[in-house]
Amino acid sequence: MKLAGWWLLILPALLLVLVFYVAPIVQVLAISVSEPEPGFANYERLLTSEGVQRVIITTLRICLITTALALLLGYAMAYAITLASPRARSWWMLAVLVPLWISVLVRAFAWVTLLRRQGLVNNTLMQAGAITEPLALVWNEFGILVGMVHYMVPFAVLPMLAAMREIDPRLLAAARGLGATRGQVFRQVFLPLSMPGVIAAGVLVFIFSLGFYITPAILGGGKTLMVAEWISLQILDLIRWGLGTMMATMLVLTILVTLLVFSRIVDLRRMFGTGGT
Amino acid sequence: MPQPAMGAHTLALRGLTKRYGTFTAVDNVSLEVRQGEFLTLLGPSGSGKTTILMAVAGFVEPSEGQVLLDGRDITPLPPERRDFGMVFQGYALFPHLTVAENVAFPLRVRGQSRADRDGKVRAALDLVQLSSFADRLPRQLSGGQQQRVALARALVFDPALLLLDEPLSALDKKLRAELQEELKALHRRIGRTFLNVTHDQEEALSLSDHIAILNHGKLVQLGEPAALYERPRTRFVADFLGKSNFLEGIARGPDAAGMLLEAGAARLHVRFAGPVVIPAPDASTLLSLRPEKLRVLAEGEGEENEVMGHIIAWAYLGAGFSLVVATLLGELRVAQPAWKSAVVPAEGLPVRLGWPADAAVPVLEDLP
Repeated sequence: MKLAGWWLLILPALLLVLVFYVAPIVQVLAISVSEPEPGFANYERLLTSEGVQRVIITTLRICLITTALALLLGYAMAYAITLASPRARSWWMLAVLVPLWISVLVRAFAWVTLLRRQGLVNNTLMQAGAITEPLALVWNEFGILVGMVHYMVPFAVLPMLAAMREIDPRLLAAARGLGATRGQVFRQVFLPLSMPGVIAAGVLVFIFSLGFYITPAILGGGKTLMVAEWISLQILDLIRWGLGTMMATMLVLTILVTLLVFSRIVDLRRMFGTGGT
Repeated sequence: MPQPAMGAHTLALRGLTKRYGTFTAVDNVSLEVRQGEFLTLLGPSGSGKTTILMAVAGFVEPSEGQVLLDGRDITPLPPERRDFGMVFQGYALFPHLTVAENVAFPLRVRGQSRADRDGKVRAALDLVQLSSFADRLPRQLSGGQQQRVALARALVFDPALLLLDEPLSALDKKLRAELQEELKALHRRIGRTFLNVTHDQEEALSLSDHIAILNHGKLVQLGEPAALYERPRTRFVADFLGKSNFLEGIARGPDAAGMLLEAGAARLHVRFAGPVVIPAPDASTLLSLRPEKLRVLAEGEGEENEVMGHIIAWAYLGAGFSLVVATLLGELRVAQPAWKSAVVPAEGLPVRLGWPADAAVPVLEDLP
């Protein structure tokens, strides 16, 4: 009885999750196998429709490139912050965090202003005589990548920074004392010890990127479609609920699979150790 | 002292000084660590001993002075080009590498082939009796085992010099005593030059061929452990290395053999048992008298120096009693063997203390 009483306390939370999260997802799943007619016809399109395949491949390509670039830039920033003096560190942190506080919409439009044909970048380059024709920097995959990497870098920096700050600085000194050059210390000690942070950041950025909507929608100009925009197009403009929900289900599945793989790496992380002694 | 092995080297510091802003961490320290010698830098925290070690290792750039290895100036070399083995405080084992990989690290960064590495790693692990732990991760080892891995890692590449930064401070007391013996045996076996840093005076006394005592960045006294303990040069050395009573008075008729100390109404006989700083005639002088060199005299017993007093505090420590006795000369600490003690201590008990003339040594007041 006592135990049952305790369970009642979490009932509201349980109901909230069921009603607002699980039920809609189940409904999405249900629609994807019942519209326009019951069966797996929508899922067949994954194998037969070139359009569907193109959207998936575009999305995966953009997400992988975004993840790689965000990790690269984020790693360099996190490394600089780790080595910086406490004063410099707080300025760096501000520089990392401020973009997070600005609306994603504002940031996307800011990039459009900078990158469009008569934008700051093209104008400057043309005035400097570096180019004669404006470059196509926006409303294509390049524009999407710029916007997404910019958005994702802080999310890459934070987990990597946490992992790097866990690394005992004495280990780096010890490595040099034992004869390692600065490069060897980085490759053989710092990099492996910061890997858990890199993996966590990679998974975080990749999952965020998969469902990205506003940035690709604005900077892609409707020409390069990613999954989220494609789903919205199917449901809102083409009223093809079955196809839209099928893709949404695939998106959720991909995220779950990625997380599953991630959770295995977390175990590995425990096995190999992360830093400190 | 062990015979210096082939490959043992001589390290010398010449006027080593390190300033941080206006603070002088190391003040004009010169000393020599001879081939195959085990030298310990001993001092309280903030005495500059670790800064000296870090300057030898190459992590701290001296403000002035030089570090010489076999007479060659190595001051400008970065740490990785000095080829010194180092055991860090807390060991600093790489947590992502196994024991064998940790030990192989110095060889790997020197670009040695796997075949060359394997034999040396095995030999180094044999040296510290950890061969069966080669594939474990550091976190799976006890503190003592980690310490031995750190030693193996520091010795595997045949370093010119082994630097030890508080190597035993992270261990509990019993393990520390065990590893002290091991470390000493290891030093004998391989005959390398060791430079050790510690704040633990027992460790310094038991391990070292020579001890350099530091205070406020200055080298206060350098010598063999027994010489430092028996004939401390200053009040600080007497107090830091073991415990000591201090007797103040006027030196009467000092010569090479001894003197009289006039302390109030008392006349104390002092015989110099070795080279000491002989006070100037009629100068105010400080004597250091170790608690274990005083004893409570039994009825009818006599000593060259005697003083009456009464016990104001005491403690039983197993092997002996620790007594505090109020006398004309001030409060004196006495370490009295408990077995067959002349008295059963009690507070307020009147006692007669005695000590031979060669028990006390004159020491200098510390410079401010």
